[in-house]
Amino acid sequence: MSLIHEIDYGTPASRSETMVTLTIDGREVTVPEGTSIMRAAMDAGIEVPKLCASDMMDAFGSCRLCLVEIKGRGGMPASCTTPVAPGLEVSTQTPRLKDVRRGVMELYISDHPLDCLTCAANGDCELQDMAGAVGLRDVRYGYEGENHVKARNNGDINAKWLPKDESNPYFTYDPAKCIVCSRCVRACEEVQGTFALTIGGRGFDSRVSAGMAEDFMSSECVSCGACVQACPTATLTEKSVIEIGQPEHSVVTTCAYCGVGCSFKAEMRGEELVRMVPWKDGQANRGHSCVKGRFAYGYSTHKDRILNPMIREKISDPWREVTWEEAYAHVAAEFRRIQYQYGRDSVGGITSSRCTNEETYLVQKLVRAGFGNNNVDTCARVCHSPTGYGLGQAFGTSAGTQNFDSVEFTDVAVIIGANPTDGHPVFGSRLKKRLREGAKLIVIDPRRTDIVRSPHVEASYHLPLKPGTNVAILTSIAHVIVTEGLANEAFIRERCDWSEYEDWASFVAEPYHSPEATEAYTGVPADLVRGAARLFATGGNGAIYYGLGVTEHSQGSTTVMAIANLAMVTGNIGRPGVGVNPLRGQNNVQGSCDMGSFPHELPGYRHVSDDATRETFEKLWGVEISSEPGLRIPNMLDAAVDGTFKGIYIQGEDILQSDPDTKHVAAGLAAMECVVVHDLFLNETANYAHVFLPGSTFLEKDGTFTNAERRINRVRKVMTPKNGYADWEVTQKLAQAMGMNWNYRHPSEIMDEIAATTPSFALVSYDYLEKMGSVQWPCNEKHPEGSPIMHVDGFVRGKGKFIRTEYVATDERTGPRFPLLLTTGRILSQYNVGAQTRRTDNVVWHAEDRLEIHPHDAEQRGIRDGDWIRLASRAGETTLRSLITDRVAPGVVYTTFHHPTTQANVITTDFSDWATNCPEYKVTAVQVMPSNGPSDWQQDYDEQARQSRRIAGKLEAAE
Amino acid sequence: MNIHQPRGDVSGRTLAIVEELKGLEGPLLPIFHEIQHEFGYVPQDCLPVIARELNLSRAEVYGVFSFYHDFREHPAGRHVLKLCRAEACQSMGGDELAERAKRLLGIDFHETTPDGAVTLEPVYCLGLCSCAPSAMFDGEVHARVDADDLDALVSEARR
Repeated sequence: MSLIHEIDYGTPASRSETMVTLTIDGREVTVPEGTSIMRAAMDAGIEVPKLCASDMMDAFGSCRLCLVEIKGRGGMPASCTTPVAPGLEVSTQTPRLKDVRRGVMELYISDHPLDCLTCAANGDCELQDMAGAVGLRDVRYGYEGENHVKARNNGDINAKWLPKDESNPYFTYDPAKCIVCSRCVRACEEVQGTFALTIGGRGFDSRVSAGMAEDFMSSECVSCGACVQACPTATLTEKSVIEIGQPEHSVVTTCAYCGVGCSFKAEMRGEELVRMVPWKDGQANRGHSCVKGRFAYGYSTHKDRILNPMIREKISDPWREVTWEEAYAHVAAEFRRIQYQYGRDSVGGITSSRCTNEETYLVQKLVRAGFGNNNVDTCARVCHSPTGYGLGQAFGTSAGTQNFDSVEFTDVAVIIGANPTDGHPVFGSRLKKRLREGAKLIVIDPRRTDIVRSPHVEASYHLPLKPGTNVAILTSIAHVIVTEGLANEAFIRERCDWSEYEDWASFVAEPYHSPEATEAYTGVPADLVRGAARLFATGGNGAIYYGLGVTEHSQGSTTVMAIANLAMVTGNIGRPGVGVNPLRGQNNVQGSCDMGSFPHELPGYRHVSDDATRETFEKLWGVEISSEPGLRIPNMLDAAVDGTFKGIYIQGEDILQSDPDTKHVAAGLAAMECVVVHDLFLNETANYAHVFLPGSTFLEKDGTFTNAERRINRVRKVMTPKNGYADWEVTQKLAQAMGMNWNYRHPSEIMDEIAATTPSFALVSYDYLEKMGSVQWPCNEKHPEGSPIMHVDGFVRGKGKFIRTEYVATDERTGPRFPLLLTTGRILSQYNVGAQTRRTDNVVWHAEDRLEIHPHDAEQRGIRDGDWIRLASRAGETTLRSLITDRVAPGVVYTTFHHPTTQANVITTDFSDWATNCPEYKVTAVQVMPSNGPSDWQQDYDEQARQSRRIAGKLEAAE
Repeated sequence: MNIHQPRGDVSGRTLAIVEELKGLEGPLLPIFHEIQHEFGYVPQDCLPVIARELNLSRAEVYGVFSFYHDFREHPAGRHVLKLCRAEACQSMGGDELAERAKRLLGIDFHETTPDGAVTLEPVYCLGLCSCAPSAMFDGEVHARVDADDLDALVSEARR
């Protein structure tokens, strides 16, 4: 193992297919037209000295170090800004160039501190490298006189010197070390797309400025780390590097936050993680990151982590630490007892979208082969189950159709019910880049999210619909496309079932679907809907990206089908730049669905009633598998309340906080006799658990995650599990305790079993992933290199299926008692229920959940910004502080659900998607009124949580 | 200390100016000029307003503003005297002229007399090298400036 050094080619690759041949230092080089001389030289293995260039951004030409000489041309052009041309003869090293470069370096160093030995960048400093490369031996100008380096000059205060900016929790900005190469500014603009940085002043006064010469925290900085990565000196440095020192080896792994699935180099010193650096070869993120993946890994060593198994008889008892063996034996005995007493179907399991494919596979195998029923479900139930169902119906596969690179070819992007700059930030940055290149944007969202309008990005249409009316809006858009003759008939005739299309077309053409008719209840002006429909149908490559704002509704599955209809009717399927792209929430939610986590599906989305599929597994596992679908999470809870469901094994999921109608979840859990929680922390669900099995983090195990683009990425172990065992080992030990003969020695053996049983994974193995980097399923004989784009030559199911999408209003309605509609979402710095991000410095950005409310609604209720307010629905009530903003329309309020003290899910109801039971988180009728502080329920809950976290013999765990 | 208050409502006036000029190609500099004309300086409260209206970031607007020394962050005196400090003028006695101006006014460059009458600023080339040294008084250029000319300018400013 050693530190991975990625080659920096200096300028981005050219996409041209025309090749150009030239000579650099006597070597013939052939590169695509438009390539810079600098990049061409690097291609040939010749490194031209540079400071301001990086292949993550466009050439800038300011450092004057990369000069070259070209035969027949005068002067010394910068190799980064000079494109190749046929027959050029380039010299990168001549006596003249040597002199000039040394002179330039001399000037840089004359205004740079000479504390290299104690500098945090020592060992990773491009300025130092370049001084070495050009042979700098002396600085004739000395270090006196005007400078930015010293706090005092000859005893006087040096006005040009600025102190370090330590405001960001993860990195520092030390202006004294800045060489003003503008790489950070350009990274913020070109890579991240936030434009939080600039160069203030001019000439010798120039300096990097966050916002309007503020500290980083006061500026618009989103702490993505792109500037830190771009900085060639110690000016912008991770605090962890300052504290620990330079890493000595690195391991490529996959981020465990959102469904983008960014590849990172975990840079290590021994078993200590020094920093996470986005990996340029990562095909989902292409070298970019967000604040969570880049910096928020501190939870893995947080003091709240539970490292020993624990048991208790009653949930009112304090926890008692036990040995692993005792814990396994206890769970095995309890589950057997419960099954003996209450029947085989009285126990079940929940797989985790945070864990690896292999771990998920084992949990469902434990349920199916060990418990002997199909009572397995996963948190995808509460997020993207409608995607699986809807896309399965329309196209034949339960997944997005594109890779993330596809966005680079998109002309019109439609975002429905998703907030990519907060929820999927790296994809958000990639989309913004494309929008700055001229692509158009349509946003369908009740809330004015950042992507609707932010520097250099502006949606052509924002349709601020009333929560719950997605189907009406999308059917209206289809109405416009069909009635105005904008349908792509050639595509439909070739790819889809024509008679189904005709039926659907006559349905959407009905006058009651017209934008003018739906305006009454969607609240979106008809002309906006018409404009958006025309743009999408005629604007070139149209791609639809959507999130939980689509699925978490009573008509979630219908909305997914409506999206599929729109893609088919405009012919936007089966090539780069188009498609239907669900933005999956969790790192491995795609994978957990693929691995058979649903009660009705075996791995690879094959129904449990399918004899051939069952036989495959029965033969291998040596057991009989039930052909009856098992219980979904809500059914398990209902059955528990009814007294027929008594034991559950929950791996890496906090259903008490994340699932709707908290009181009902609590009642279900309280009614069970053996709740086993397998997690990093005593999460909210663990308040109701009888057994706690400590989990391991993504840094502590091998495995694979499958991201939103179906990409199977390797997760690699970089440190020994603090709790002793990876999660797959714990599940295996548990299975063994229950008498199963499992003997996996490594997750790769589990993947081999998956490949052997699941056709879409047929060619996947750890060796193959090692060779390919990553692959997108299906990866089998037909698609040996995986499938970046699906449905290229035809739909997986044969003919694309148009499905009628009738709008049915949800039963959750506003009325005099609950006149406002609450919708929920998330924020950049926090992740899901916050179990991880709340245990990192990310809390500086979002320390509590706030309720966004329109000034008009706030004024009517006498609520001022920051006031405590009571938020009540038919299901329950909670309190939180208000945030007055016109991002939400009058009549709509919004909050996040990252903090357990808020418990937004006390408010949400148990209405759910008609097809998949996906809860309707996104629409709840509520009332808002001023309040003095936490509700009785919150206080009771806090007390109960505190009581239930007691561990015998230990001080009370602080949260 | 800056005792000047901008006339009227800064953000309202800024909005009107941006509204009028934002159709131009590269509207940012014309907007700054107009704002400086309106208020006598560019109040920093204008910058976020401009950023929002042009859909730029605050940082970008600040970067452009701070690049041009001609745009001032604080109000100037009633008169502005700029002395050319570039090479041609230096070689023709510009240094002495600058010292004299500072002495007469009792202030350094970038400062304003306590009575708020004059602000003294250096400028790097007024394009009058052939008749150096040169100066600019309230927007009007003066060539071949000698000590007497300077005294006259200063006393006019002081009046």
